[in-house]
Amino acid sequence: MHELSIAMSIVELAEEEAARRGVQVNAVHLKLGTLSGVAKEALLSCYEMACENTRLQGSRLLVEDVSIVIFCPRCQAQRPLSSVQLFCCSECGTPASEVVQGKEIEVVALEIQECAPNLV
Amino acid sequence: MRPEPRLIEVRKNVLKQNDVVARSLRERFRAAGVFVVSLVSSPGSGKTAFLEETLTLLRTHYRVAALVGDLATENDALRLARSQAPVKQITTGTLCHLEAAMVQSALEGWDLNQLDFLFIENVGNLVCPASYDLGEELRLVLISVTEGEDKPLKYPTIFNSSDVAVVTKVDLAAAVEFSWETAYNNIQAVRPGMPVFRLSAKTGEGMEKYLGLLTTRLAELRQAAAV
Repeated sequence: MHELSIAMSIVELAEEEAARRGVQVNAVHLKLGTLSGVAKEALLSCYEMACENTRLQGSRLLVEDVSIVIFCPRCQAQRPLSSVQLFCCSECGTPASEVVQGKEIEVVALEIQECAPNLV
Repeated sequence: MRPEPRLIEVRKNVLKQNDVVARSLRERFRAAGVFVVSLVSSPGSGKTAFLEETLTLLRTHYRVAALVGDLATENDALRLARSQAPVKQITTGTLCHLEAAMVQSALEGWDLNQLDFLFIENVGNLVCPASYDLGEELRLVLISVTEGEDKPLKYPTIFNSSDVAVVTKVDLAAAVEFSWETAYNNIQAVRPGMPVFRLSAKTGEGMEKYLGLLTTRLAELRQAAAV
């Protein structure tokens, strides 16, 4: 269960960004790869916990799943992976271990609201 | 009136902090010419016995040391100390994995120039350690024959993030009807091309071949540094 520490890093990162811009964060948009080693459901419940008593309290975490894409050495092309249990090209079946997408744990955007001047 | 909410682009890697520390560790290791291997496996797969044997055999010709991650006890460090190599325990408390910063602080006071090999034994866990780069040169995933052949399919992420797989306790293979071929194929399915070693830390079978890989890789590391 390392999702709590990941959630805390997300909150920390968003808080810094919010403080720098003087805004309030309503939602955090996260890209999460299938190969990131992070369980989405666990992350979502940890996120709420991590937000408590921070500027992010009450904000939402919106997770976009990122599927795995590999590079096929035979086709010389990027291909989606049909199963995480079988790393081979979906077109020609050649084994492929070069992962080009699917490991992301990345904050891509923040939904923000400018703070009303008297609240700053 | 409250202003309308709007979306701003950020693009920040959540584990950036860990990755930055890991990268600086890797540079330090390479500069010092020390080859760093991290070990991941499920609890009870025989990581510590395997590491003890590795340290004991390598010690005759190389300068070796180990860092050992564990949730609560120092038992592993005490066991590994029998190999007479320098060993330091990293007690993680409730944390289920090692992070680069823990490795960094555990290394304080150690002169890396005095080492050839450094082993980092992660906490027994096939899930969480996958996400954290520790600055190692080689990540070694261990499965024992008693765990069954389907471990790679159940934990594809950790196998995919590893560089070498080791199947241990092969002296028990017949008793548990372990199929080497199935296990090998499963490993290749989730990480095509990954080298796989079969060995027994208890009988010593297969140890030499695996140690050969480590010494070759050490020589390559130093050659690359010399260029």
